[in-house]
Amino acid sequence: MGVGITVEHLNAFYGKTQALFDINITVLANHATALIGPSGCGKSTFIRCLNRMHETIPETRVEGNVRIGDLSVYNGTSATLLRRRVGMVFQKANPFPTMSIYDNVAAGLKLNGFRNRKQLDEVVQKSLHSAALWDEVKDHLHKKSGASLSGGQQQRLCIARALAVQPEVLLMDEPCSALDPISTGKIEELIFQLKEQYTIVIVTHNMQQAARVAEFTGFFLLGKMIEFDKTEKIFTNPSDKRTEDYVTGRFG
Amino acid sequence: MTGIAVLTVLLVLLPLFAIFAYLVYKGIGSINLAFLTQTPKPVGEPGGGMANAIVGSMVILGIASLLGVPLGIGAGIFLSEYGRNRYGDIVRFVSDVLNGVPSIVIGIVAYGLVVMRQKHFSALAGGVALAIMMIPTIARTTEQMLLLVPQAIREAAYGLGVSRWRTTLSITLRTATSGVITGVMLAFARVAGETAPLLFTAFGNQFWNWKTDQPTAALSLQIFTYAISPFDEWHRQAWAGALVLIVLIVAAVAAVRIAVRHGTLARA
Repeated sequence: MGVGITVEHLNAFYGKTQALFDINITVLANHATALIGPSGCGKSTFIRCLNRMHETIPETRVEGNVRIGDLSVYNGTSATLLRRRVGMVFQKANPFPTMSIYDNVAAGLKLNGFRNRKQLDEVVQKSLHSAALWDEVKDHLHKKSGASLSGGQQQRLCIARALAVQPEVLLMDEPCSALDPISTGKIEELIFQLKEQYTIVIVTHNMQQAARVAEFTGFFLLGKMIEFDKTEKIFTNPSDKRTEDYVTGRFG
Repeated sequence: MTGIAVLTVLLVLLPLFAIFAYLVYKGIGSINLAFLTQTPKPVGEPGGGMANAIVGSMVILGIASLLGVPLGIGAGIFLSEYGRNRYGDIVRFVSDVLNGVPSIVIGIVAYGLVVMRQKHFSALAGGVALAIMMIPTIARTTEQMLLLVPQAIREAAYGLGVSRWRTTLSITLRTATSGVITGVMLAFARVAGETAPLLFTAFGNQFWNWKTDQPTAALSLQIFTYAISPFDEWHRQAWAGALVLIVLIVAAVAAVRIAVRHGTLARA
């Protein structure tokens, strides 16, 4: 089951440059929340703060509180344990190039010491089903490498890989930005189904996509969260003039 | 354009083939069962072989690889994953300098470090000398190959909750395996024919020796001794030894390549 996310007074820095300013947000469990905004506004930085990926870049820093379910992200929780509960799908599909499809999906469990072959088989099959990829790859799980799939399939493989660790939250950083409309449609459909079991936070440049998949939408501008509300309200009747300008296409 | 490319390829391959052909021409006549199974005969007696030197070379190279490969790969991992700072720069500089140190100097160092202490010339000392020569090549190629692995691949592993060292070993290093192996093989092939660093370390031996703390024969040393001798028979055997050495190096490199290819396929 998914869990909720609470963010309080979050500030993030790259060296001396501040990228996020005092972000406060509550994300409901088992819903999809979209983050929109022009390039460089801090939405990717924001979701990378949720699973502490931000700190893997040298000389970065985070202040503030993030709670994921009952877990306090920046107070004594180990980053590796946290990331097993908060899965991530990246902008560009990044399957492990030397591994087979099976090993890609099983990687998270195997590398963390899980060895039970039978259970691994089950998890791999279930995850590939959840990612709507099973039928396309079931005949060559062990023979084909993850890198031999098409772009859209690779991205769904990465989703399956993230799901295999059985996270509670799934972060998606522009998961469709490199995909054609058909693959994009498949992934959006997937997000709809995944909501039942996971809490989803998705960064997107595509406003129609936000409108299609998310119940809640946040609008970022220059490192600040300008507005956070129900998706319908953001797109039809936003409270802030800047949000209105952005969603109506007057800038950005 | 294609013509120029083909021409340059031929120019590059020509010396290799020329050397190989000349070695076969000069050496093949002296290679027989006795050459591969017997130890050298005293001067004046015909026959005899280099069996002890062939085995000795394998032992010395085995010791060198056992020491040099893990250290070199370890240093390469440090440089690429943890060495984007001043310590890394220092290690890079030192390793480049080490790469330029004449091999005879490295032989003297191994003499001081191992031979003086053991009070014996030994296969171990020879292995240490060759290992020191392998390390910088392996370290720098490993570093380069690991840097070629996209950051996105590491992030994918971090995102799954895989720790940093586990990511380095099981994801980054594994993705770069074939490049790292190339570096190891380059270093191996380079030291396999080295003579100077073995002069005061392994020393050479006319007889069988199975102990790693005793003077040990090596093909390169045997070739050297025979080639500067005044006897025609020994000259012929030196050519044969050179041919065997080259064939052994090619075989070792090919075997590792094939093994690695099969290994990755079986796992993938």
